[in-house]
Amino acid sequence: MTAETADAAIPARRASNVKALRLAETVAIPVGAMVASAVAFSIFLLIIGKDPVQFWQLVWTGGFGSSFSIQNSLQRAAPLILTGLAFAIPARIGLTMIGGEGALVLGGFSAAAIAIPLVTNAVPVWITLPVMALSGMAAGGLWLGVVGWLRHARGVNETISSLLMSYIAIAIMNFFVEGALRDPASANKPSTMPIGDAYRIGSIPGTDVHWGFAAGIVLAVVLWVLMSRTTFGFAARMTGGNARAAKAQGLPVGALMVVCCVIAGACAGLAGFFEVTAIHGQANASLVAGYGFTGILVSFLARHNPLTVVPMAILFGAIAAAGGVVQRRMGMPDATVLVLQGILFVVLLVSETFYGRFKIFQPGNTGDRV
Amino acid sequence: MDHPIVTVLIAMLGGAIRVSTPFMFVALGETLTEKSGRINLGLEGTLVLGAMVAYATSYLSGNPWLGVLAAGGAGVILGGLHGYICKLPKVNDIAVGIAFMSFGTGLAFFFGKPFIQPSAPHLDSIHLGDWTGNPALAQALEVNPLFFVGIGLAIAMAWALKNTKWGLIVRMAGDSAAAAKAMGVSVDLVRFLATAAGGFMAGIGGAFLSLYYPGIWNQGLSSGQGLMAVALVIFARWDPIRCIIAALLFGAAGAIGPSLQAIGITQGYYFFNAAPYILTLVIMILSAGSKGAAREAPGELSITK
Repeated sequence: MTAETADAAIPARRASNVKALRLAETVAIPVGAMVASAVAFSIFLLIIGKDPVQFWQLVWTGGFGSSFSIQNSLQRAAPLILTGLAFAIPARIGLTMIGGEGALVLGGFSAAAIAIPLVTNAVPVWITLPVMALSGMAAGGLWLGVVGWLRHARGVNETISSLLMSYIAIAIMNFFVEGALRDPASANKPSTMPIGDAYRIGSIPGTDVHWGFAAGIVLAVVLWVLMSRTTFGFAARMTGGNARAAKAQGLPVGALMVVCCVIAGACAGLAGFFEVTAIHGQANASLVAGYGFTGILVSFLARHNPLTVVPMAILFGAIAAAGGVVQRRMGMPDATVLVLQGILFVVLLVSETFYGRFKIFQPGNTGDRV
Repeated sequence: MDHPIVTVLIAMLGGAIRVSTPFMFVALGETLTEKSGRINLGLEGTLVLGAMVAYATSYLSGNPWLGVLAAGGAGVILGGLHGYICKLPKVNDIAVGIAFMSFGTGLAFFFGKPFIQPSAPHLDSIHLGDWTGNPALAQALEVNPLFFVGIGLAIAMAWALKNTKWGLIVRMAGDSAAAAKAMGVSVDLVRFLATAAGGFMAGIGGAFLSLYYPGIWNQGLSSGQGLMAVALVIFARWDPIRCIIAALLFGAAGAIGPSLQAIGITQGYYFFNAAPYILTLVIMILSAGSKGAAREAPGELSITK
């Protein structure tokens, strides 16, 4: 009996079965990749003469061990959720956009810049903060929107152009922060004018976690609904699957791409806004913290699913939070986290090759298909 | 001869010669890889790791040329890994490139930490401009031997791609995997070797950064030069000779900021520092839509599809 006749015979049961198996596969393979990279990193630690057991213990206690460290992890997860979404949304439409870092920096900078006249004129907080957030989202959205448009209109490869745009965004911020918008009081570290404590966004009540975390979760849910439950999302995913077929169906492929890029940029820009208003209080070189790049890995681990981005971002927030403890207690350089991320990234991509290769995840009677 | 514009032009000439070499090596390596039908975006990571390995080797052994070789070796390892992983089914070469960008950079920062302070022996340069009697020009014409190695490599590569059996095999793997397979060529093996060789060249480009110009090792050493070189390959339309010209152009653009600063124009320093990125982007926009680029692109390349 061929697979096709089997499909026809018991369609309903098979459909749910296939779905469950596919879900199991998409959970098992990334988890397997994580375990494999943890083993690989442990071997790396053994080679350089460090104790892997101590390392993972420190990561656990530093990331989740106490209420303080959990809040620290969630705090660091906030920008990662947003930059993860900034990679995930264009990825669904088939774009590999790695410009989240630039959109974050530019978003944070434009939020801090627009705050200067508002704060100086004592405009109420409830007007200032939304204006700052919108400014950050608009700047980020515009920045990556250009990348999407270039891809559609001129066929410019979005991966390279978005990374170049990141460097340009950082240069733009430095240009203003070192020049026209420099706060004279910032002697050693050129910065924009501090927005002041009254304009800082507070923490979620009962915690030390800033509102960016809540915003990230809300956006993740909203974008999940958008991408998997609306016509727009269906059109976008279809384009991601086969752009030519989508075009032949009459879908506005170019507009869809640009919109996805604008959404991505707005997410990253919002992350920049929260970095400014919740963490730094001003725009300076501290905004260039690599959140945009970690977001790429977060999104890959989440298989570009907006909802899954949240737990993955928390995981990386925890690793980042534990980074300081690992540095101090084990005398390892701050780049340790980068090595771990690099190994995980490579192993994760290698694991892509295993989809459809394990028989236990295949629907029955299809041994001949594998 | 003391006119400010002359000073800037001389500084830009010197800059073009000095700054272009890493671009040249990375672009040549990427050209070879892309000619075989695969793209390696991870050369930025290779460049940084090569710079670190070269600096560390030169510091520990006292011989900078050993450092150059070690950097090439590090590049071969990263390139070989990339080439091997990409041959697995369902693995996307662009994503793997991004992963190697962060993996190479992470390794370099991790192992490079102890080498930020000490100073390693540098590569010597050849003084070509002493006869001019103009100190600025003489300084601009201090050329590192690797510059000539790069030009020689480009000429050799252009010739070999066109006139040898190996060149034909590489081009065939890049233009039509099916045709190559029909001829009994292992496309995966060709691409693996081309990516490893490309990594070797990019590693040497990194050695130039840390052992000659700017001649230091720190974490901000490369800042995207490897990636710009990849973009430059599209502009050069996969032609080794045009890679050299494009690299010189990029070198000159990169030297605008520092040379304006040299004559006292510090306004917009950060803006001019962004010049190479903006130039790359403009070049990409201009060359991406052109028919020439579409015609000359290797047929199997995922980046131009």
